Amino acid sequence: MKKSKYHMQRPQIRLAILFLIPWITGLILFSLYPIVSTIYYSFTEYNLMKPPVFTGLKNYRNIFQDKNFYQSVYNSLYFVVVGVTLELALSIFSAILLNAKVKGRGIFRTLFYLPSIVSPVANAIIWMWMLNPQYGLVNSFLKTLGIPQPLWLSSAQWSKPAAILMALWAVGNTIIVYLAGIGDIPTEYYEAIELDGGGPIAKFRYITWPMLSNVTFFQLINGIIVGFATFTQSYMVAAIEPKGNGMLGGVKNSLLFYAVNIYNEGFRYLKFGYASALAVIMLLGMILITVILFATSKKWVYYGGGGRDE
Amino acid sequence: MSKKKLKRVGIYAILLLVAAFFFIPIVWMISTSLKGSDEVFLSPPRWIPKNILWSNYTAAFEAIPYLKYLLNTLQTTGLAVIGNIISAPMIGYAFGKLRWPGRDKVFLLVIATMMLPFSVTMIPLYSMSAKFGWINTYIPLVLPDFLGKSYFIFLMRQFYMNLPDELLEAARIDGAGEFWVYKKIALPLVKPAIVTVALFSAVWSWTDFMGPLIYLNRAEKWTISLGLSQFTNTYGVDWSLLMAAAVIAIVPMVILFFCLQRYFIEGSMNSGIKG
Repeated sequence: MKKSKYHMQRPQIRLAILFLIPWITGLILFSLYPIVSTIYYSFTEYNLMKPPVFTGLKNYRNIFQDKNFYQSVYNSLYFVVVGVTLELALSIFSAILLNAKVKGRGIFRTLFYLPSIVSPVANAIIWMWMLNPQYGLVNSFLKTLGIPQPLWLSSAQWSKPAAILMALWAVGNTIIVYLAGIGDIPTEYYEAIELDGGGPIAKFRYITWPMLSNVTFFQLINGIIVGFATFTQSYMVAAIEPKGNGMLGGVKNSLLFYAVNIYNEGFRYLKFGYASALAVIMLLGMILITVILFATSKKWVYYGGGGRDE
Repeated sequence: MSKKKLKRVGIYAILLLVAAFFFIPIVWMISTSLKGSDEVFLSPPRWIPKNILWSNYTAAFEAIPYLKYLLNTLQTTGLAVIGNIISAPMIGYAFGKLRWPGRDKVFLLVIATMMLPFSVTMIPLYSMSAKFGWINTYIPLVLPDFLGKSYFIFLMRQFYMNLPDELLEAARIDGAGEFWVYKKIALPLVKPAIVTVALFSAVWSWTDFMGPLIYLNRAEKWTISLGLSQFTNTYGVDWSLLMAAAVIAIVPMVILFFCLQRYFIEGSMNSGIKG
């Protein structure tokens, strides 16, 4: 009986093979081949004009003596740790607000979502104007409140918070995902807390947060991946800020994120081998982070018993 | 009673505050885009310009070949959408409904590629595209869409898995071929998902920056995002012009959003929750 399990489904297998041909082609062409070549290039000196020359571990040795590498790792970690935490916090908070029975929910939901369909380039331009130290709306607001006004993207200290602000502005998608998650929580759970005399904090602590932990887990992984890929903000700052010298990285390299560093080395200096070694380190780092997150997820991620989960 | 009322007022106040964060930059962008240089740098800022300069918009079109960029982006976006609405329903079906040995293990590869950052693969992809003569063409930008983007495969699979098997089985028992079952039974049932794929694919393609930046170095091939990013090279930082240019780049997606809002929201709701 068991043996014939797939025998019966031979037509299905045939169709599956047919349907998977494009995917397999794409997998090889756009994922597997690039990964293998990046690893190969990382052991070579390569500038696209001439074929790669094998140089062993030289690129890696150079990377670990390169202060731009450490600066970019620091910047990206800062961006990911602070940025993703704030993104998740703002998303959950907004979703809880949107879930409240208020008038105009639909309008608020639209307003919260809208910035996430604005292109990253336009997003950066809008916020560079908002955060303009002299004429920007944010600083003129701070001025009326009598709060000191930071130089934002023109200062090494405030440029990363400014870049995080740009990322925060585009969290609409995550808000909606959380909103869907909150909608799935049975209201009886909250009623039970109310019966025990618990307030909103208890409801969040014991119901909302644990029930949303699976959403948080996936948004966390996604946020980390997107966070390490941060590029456009730095590019736009270099394109618009008058102090830029053409290289991407902002004031005192404070916006030299990891992906920006790869771009600089590869496409500005044409050091493709060196940039590939940076890419390999990034890939290993991402794998490590993902493995750690999955390993610890059993401790804090709650998967509902059956229900909608597959 | 009054405590409850106070709570409601509080919720509205916070909602408005958060809404301000999301919406004020858009209002400010539009306001700036209509100002003359005398009003742009006013302090305190003026929300509604005294002199509304629609001419900033025509100036933005004249400063750079913006119309050309729009048409180019229409091409890349159109091709990407076509690619994705063909590939994702097919591949998603193979992972979500067809039965074949090792299916769910192979699907882990889809998840893995979903997590692969472009920064890791861009150097070999660039050098590969250079070898194939694909630089300054839209092939490297849209070919991945025709071969199946993992995110959309994932999304389609979710939708297929919610379909009851009995529907397909009934057709099979009636002697229907597998492709017929796909085309006539499965596909019509996941139409909303296909609309979602089309929309997200349109937004991604329209707003993509790094791909066009790397693959397109001839200005006549540029997309709107790339053109917008290079705006200051030709014109310096003229904020009202820059804002007008940004508005032009955003408007098509906003129109799309307001026409098909339901699908955007439903698509977001179905993304990434149920692993």
